[in-house]
Amino acid sequence: MKSSDLIVLNALRAARQPAVVVTEIASGDVQVLTQAEALAHGLVDEIKPRLLTGKSGMVGVAGAEYFIQLHLPPPRLVIIGAVHISQALAPMAAQCGYDVVVVDPRTAFATPERFTGVTLQADWPEQVLDADPLDAWTAVAAVTHDPKIDDLPLKRALDARCFYVGALGSRKTHGKRLSRFAEAGYDESLVSRIAAPIGLDIGAANPAEIAVAVMAQIIEAHRRRPLGDLDSAA
Amino acid sequence: MSEITDDALNIAERWTGEGRAIALATVVETWGSAPRPAGSQLVIDSDGNFEGSVSGGCVEGAVVFEAVEAIETGAPKMLEFGIADEAAWEVGLSCGGKIRVYVQPVARA
Repeated sequence: MKSSDLIVLNALRAARQPAVVVTEIASGDVQVLTQAEALAHGLVDEIKPRLLTGKSGMVGVAGAEYFIQLHLPPPRLVIIGAVHISQALAPMAAQCGYDVVVVDPRTAFATPERFTGVTLQADWPEQVLDADPLDAWTAVAAVTHDPKIDDLPLKRALDARCFYVGALGSRKTHGKRLSRFAEAGYDESLVSRIAAPIGLDIGAANPAEIAVAVMAQIIEAHRRRPLGDLDSAA
Repeated sequence: MSEITDDALNIAERWTGEGRAIALATVVETWGSAPRPAGSQLVIDSDGNFEGSVSGGCVEGAVVFEAVEAIETGAPKMLEFGIADEAAWEVGLSCGGKIRVYVQPVARA
């Protein structure tokens, strides 16, 4: 390994880009790869499943030993709306290893007492997302029911190709949302990425159960994300 | 949860930037109840200063010793630790697991 490898690797990590380090054990030769480079690498069959799980490990190929080390950006969850569901969802996501941000301009909802241990932004999503833009390693769950608050972050999430975009609301509410987004020029294939009604269909009947359904859907979107898609977004 | 800003790799870059000769030690394989997963790293300089973790304290001393030697020779090496290796290494993992740690000097370039 060379010090220049360290600089390249740390720059990728700081930019929240996935990086793969392939080390040939016998020689100590190191390759630092972007996701696109990793998917075109000779060891792609060994690397590809690891891009989903994030697990590093040894592989033996043609008599040579390699260590494949994965550096995936830590996933983030931005929750729009400091509501009941969010109070259950935020700590659950934190336990799953997500960096969690809760955004709600309504200061009566966004109080530190209701949300301990997560980043709380009592501000409009526009301000928050301007300062800290969304990326492909971020999930967005919009749960305020209020288009004035939810629509902008949902559009930003689609633009940024967030790996998960979910919105609370009945099919009827979502139907209205779809027509608003169509008028704003979002084509159907893009808008179909919004999970709505939000959460896996497990018959969730209260805010905590809905939070479980949403978290499960986020985990599925993260672990089963199509690598090609993320690749072209990067 | 994100520990990116002050982990072994960032410290390694900082140390090489300061002109210190360093090595990285990486857990590459684990068996049984190993304390740290594959990919866990330790950065070591030629004076034996270190940051990070490969085992939660069980074998760091031995890894640092080998890393200082690797910095001098410039050659990477593979270390194995486990209960069965106690006699050879005089250290072991009390949890009963087994780990392989790859030590690689970082060349300035």
